[in-house]
Amino acid sequence: MTDASEKDVEQAGAARTTQAAQAGAADGTRAAAPTKSPIVSVRHARKAFGSVPVLRDITLEVEPGEVVAIIGPSGGGKSTLLRCMTLLERLDGGDLAYGDLAVAADGVYGNKDVLARARSRFGLVFQNYNLFPHFSVLRNVMDAPVVVQRRDRAEVEAQARALIAKMGLEGNEDKVPCQLSGGQQQRASIARALAMNPEVMYFDEPTSALDPELTAEVLRVMRGLAAEHMTMVVVTHEMSFARDVADRVVFMDGGVIVEQGPADQVINHPRQERTRAFLAQREA
Amino acid sequence: MCGMLGSGFLVSLQIFSLTLLGALPLGLPVALARMSKVRPLAAIARFYISIMRGTPLMLQMFAIYFVPYYVFGVSLTTDSKWQATIVAFIINYAAYFAEIYRSGIQSIPRGQYEAAEVLGYSGGQTFFRIVLPQVVKRILPSITNEVITLVKDTSLAFSIGVIEMFTVAKQLVASQVSMLPFAIAAAFYWVFNLLIDALATRVERKLDYYHD
Repeated sequence: MTDASEKDVEQAGAARTTQAAQAGAADGTRAAAPTKSPIVSVRHARKAFGSVPVLRDITLEVEPGEVVAIIGPSGGGKSTLLRCMTLLERLDGGDLAYGDLAVAADGVYGNKDVLARARSRFGLVFQNYNLFPHFSVLRNVMDAPVVVQRRDRAEVEAQARALIAKMGLEGNEDKVPCQLSGGQQQRASIARALAMNPEVMYFDEPTSALDPELTAEVLRVMRGLAAEHMTMVVVTHEMSFARDVADRVVFMDGGVIVEQGPADQVINHPRQERTRAFLAQREA
Repeated sequence: MCGMLGSGFLVSLQIFSLTLLGALPLGLPVALARMSKVRPLAAIARFYISIMRGTPLMLQMFAIYFVPYYVFGVSLTTDSKWQATIVAFIINYAAYFAEIYRSGIQSIPRGQYEAAEVLGYSGGQTFFRIVLPQVVKRILPSITNEVITLVKDTSLAFSIGVIEMFTVAKQLVASQVSMLPFAIAAAFYWVFNLLIDALATRVERKLDYYHD
C-alpha cells in the first residue's frame, strides 16, 4: 500500500522533471517563466586538481522536491561535484546559487556570511558517516541546531527524538556511535543532517561502506524521505535505488554530464554509448 | 629525617604543580602556532620547541637565572632563583606538551572537520566542541608519561640550589654518612608517581565510554 503511493509520487515527479527538461532543451533558456525556481543551481562549473580537470562545464539544477541520483564510474567527478555544492571544495570557475542566494559567480565566492547562509540550506550525509564519536546519538543530532542555529533546546530535543525514532533508532538516543552498527550510524547521521531543517539533502555514496543488509535499512529511510518530497541529491552506486527512487538520473564521466533524464530512461534505455557501457559493466 | 625530606618534598610538589599549571595551557597556543599557516609564526614555534627539547633543562634554568643578571644587572636573590626555576620548567614542559597536542590534533580525521563545517560550526566551536575532547582522550597516555617524568625532573632544581627534596636528601646523606635518605627520597617519588598513575587510569577509564 505504501509502495503503491510512493510509486505514484515517483511517477508524478518523473513526469514533472521530464517536462522541465524538455522545456529547457527546446529553447535552451529558462526565460519561459518556470513555475518553480531551483533550490540549487550549478552553472558551467569548472574544477581541476592541479593540472587534472575534474569538473568540465557542469550545469545542474535541482527543483524543490526532486530526487536526483548521480551515477558514474569512480573518478568521474560525482563526489567532487557534491563536495563543491556543499562548499567543501571550491569551484575554479562557474556559478553556484542556492535559490536567490548567489554563492559563487564565475568562480568568485561570496563572503563568510554568504557561505554560512548557504550552508544552512543543505545537509550532507557522508560515505563514512562522520558522526562525532564522543557525543551520544541524541547529542550528535541536537548539538548543531542548539549551538549553531541557537534554537531552543527543548524544541530541538523534541525534534531530535522524533527524527531518531523516524530513522528507526528509538532506544539508541544515549548510545555513542561506536555502539551502533554501520547502518544505524548512517541513519543517525541522516537524522543529524535533517535536524538542521535543510532545504536539500546531499548523500555522498551513503551505503558504500555497508553490507547489503545494512544498505537496505539506509535505503529504506531514504525512500521514506523521497516519499515526503524531501529534495535530495544522491551520489550512488545503487542502480536499483536510482531507478526506483530518483526522479532524474545524471550520468557523469570524465568530469562532464554525459547523459541525464528520467531514471527509467537513463538506466533502462540509455542513449549514450558510455552510459550503456557503464551500466553493462555494473550488471556483469 | 623524614620530616626534613617531607618539607623538601613540599617544595618539589610546588615546582611540579606550578609547572603543570603553566605548561599544560601554554602548550596549546604553542601547538597551534606550530601548525599555523602563517609561516613566520610556525617557524618561531618550531625554533622554540627545538631549543627547549634540544638543550638540557638544567642549562635552561641557568640561562634564565643568570641572563638577567649579566645583561640587565638584575641582582640575584633566592626569589629570582625560584622564579627562574619555575619559568624554565614551564617553558620547557610547554614545548613537550605542544608536540603531544599537535600529534593529537593532527590525528583527528578530516571527516570530523568536514562534518562540523557542513553543520555550520565556527572554527572555534569545531576546535573546542569536536576536536579537543577527542584529542584529550587520544593524548592522555602521552601526557601521563610526561607528567611522571616531570615528578622526577623536579630534582633538577637541585643544580641551581633550590632546596627541594633531592637537595635535602643529598645534604642528609652527607651529614649522616648514610644512603638511607636517598632510598627514602626514591620512595617519595615512586609513591607519588603511583598516585599519578592511579589518577590517570581513572581518567582513562572515564573516557573509555567511546572509541573511534
